[in-house]
Amino acid sequence: MPKLVSHPDEVKIVSRRFGMGAAEIDTYIELGGYESVKKCLAEGPEWIINEVKASGLRGRGGAGFGAGMKWSFVPKQSAKPKYVLVNGDESEPGTCKDHLIFLHDPHSVIEGTIIAGLAIGAKMGFIYLRGEYRYLIEIMEKAVADAYDRGFLGKGIFGTDTEFQIITQTGAGAYEVGEESALMESLEGKRGIPRIKPPFPAVVGLYGGPTVINNAETIASVPHVIAMGATAYCDAGSARNGGTRLFCISGHVERPGVYELPMGYNLKKMIYEVAGGVRGGRKLKAVVPGGSSTPVLLPEEIETLGMDFDQVGKAGSMLGSGGVVVIDDHTCIVEFALRTISFYQHESCGWCIPCREGTDWLKKSLTRFHAGFGSASDIDNMQYLAENMLGRTFCPLGDAAAMPTIAFLKKFRKEFEDHLNGKPCPYARTGVPELTVV
Amino acid sequence: MSATESMSVFSPKLSARFDALVLKYPVKRSALVPMLLYAQDEIGYLSDAAVAEIAHRIGITQLEVRNVASYYSMLRFKPAGKFNVQVCTNISCMLRGAYDLYERFQEELGIGHKGVTKDGVFSLEEVECIGACCWAPAIQVNYAFHDDLDPDQVPGILDSYRKQATAEAKAHNA
Repeated sequence: MPKLVSHPDEVKIVSRRFGMGAAEIDTYIELGGYESVKKCLAEGPEWIINEVKASGLRGRGGAGFGAGMKWSFVPKQSAKPKYVLVNGDESEPGTCKDHLIFLHDPHSVIEGTIIAGLAIGAKMGFIYLRGEYRYLIEIMEKAVADAYDRGFLGKGIFGTDTEFQIITQTGAGAYEVGEESALMESLEGKRGIPRIKPPFPAVVGLYGGPTVINNAETIASVPHVIAMGATAYCDAGSARNGGTRLFCISGHVERPGVYELPMGYNLKKMIYEVAGGVRGGRKLKAVVPGGSSTPVLLPEEIETLGMDFDQVGKAGSMLGSGGVVVIDDHTCIVEFALRTISFYQHESCGWCIPCREGTDWLKKSLTRFHAGFGSASDIDNMQYLAENMLGRTFCPLGDAAAMPTIAFLKKFRKEFEDHLNGKPCPYARTGVPELTVV
Repeated sequence: MSATESMSVFSPKLSARFDALVLKYPVKRSALVPMLLYAQDEIGYLSDAAVAEIAHRIGITQLEVRNVASYYSMLRFKPAGKFNVQVCTNISCMLRGAYDLYERFQEELGIGHKGVTKDGVFSLEEVECIGACCWAPAIQVNYAFHDDLDPDQVPGILDSYRKQATAEAKAHNA
């Protein structure tokens, strides 16, 4: 069972019901649940969209697009049915926040899905969880069944004549399915390959109908936005970054865990105070701020860095999915880069060439390099390759592999150079089979 | 009862579940990925007969079913062990000793990546991120998570599953 952590600096909004048994519908209701959706039913779609816009809630999956803005792109009139999709494919290495939402507060996802449906005029929503999260899918399925029993879902929800249905769906192991159009393909029973855009999902999405797709944390935040009021929610965060965020702090820290902190919270403080500092009194070498696809930051880059979409973007990285991976000074960055790229090589769906071939080539180069068989030209070649993958793929997976590679090479060039000419890596562990070059 | 139902390769319970599943979505084919996974859960892998029946139930070709199934990393066409041990070695787990953990599993089981023990009780897999980064290093045995692990816990974990396998085999033979 995942351990819950807490720290005095936390502002618990999305996580306020964690550990309180809110997976039970009665407990959820006792704790104020399903009041927001009732309010939304009374106020209507325009009001909902304006509230969510005013709250400054931005996409928690990684892109940081305004949730209210996204909802407003869905055409009011549509010949085809509209859909709400909840992306719980959570697969970005370093990210485990939705895991806790599904475990501790499944009804907040249901309530948020209904509200999103009301906002865009959809009658059906899908909650898609990655296949590995079977025990969480079972929790979600029970919650959905309980909501149907109470009349919160179905033909006439909450005694109104509004219809809203929810279907839970399992994946079967694919990072790529976390990309919005690939998720729609998967939900339609196909290989999870991305679709070319435009048209965007808001116009042509699932089954060809206008579709809103949001990350599970974004959806789970919506009932709280409504309950607190847009202004109060917005004020909890920083400029243009409303509210709080579930930060997943992992790696070499004393107290890893999922902490809910205000947007804009200082990264250094997050590591040293909230998570208890670097494990074993070691020194900080680097930090990946928002999941494995985000460019690595050096200790001097995090001194005054506030963790919101704009500030991390300005620092040359991304807030991403909120996965803060802390790396100590006993870590080999080449090995870390290799493990990162191996993931993207494994997960590339193979649909477009720059990503399929690029990730494979990068993995091969890094494998050889880490084993001590690299050449000086490999460093520049890897950089050239990564730079040429950027922006040349159907979906962001190519960028997700290229961006961290460029940062590792640029910021740790010396460490790469140290690996040259068969010189053994000072930090390398021995006997990792897949790194042995025969 | 239709011909397919009476000749189903799946248990009556799963068969009934599939009957409902294909009607659940606006489009029948949306049931494909869940059906493949649930079929595998019951049979242990996607056998030719399972693929054929799923194709028939959805109304697509077996080739289409295989095309989709081959995309997803959890789906397999060959049997795995009764307990499939999946060790995450992705970055967050790696930083907290996942390679040592994975090595220990290899030593204790005497198999490598995607290997199956001779008695068929265990199989081993090195897997990508399983979404337990803050409780690293973590593994999944079938769907059950075990987190915050130390290599020394490996024999104990394997023992408890081995006991479970023995008990189930006894109950089955009784």
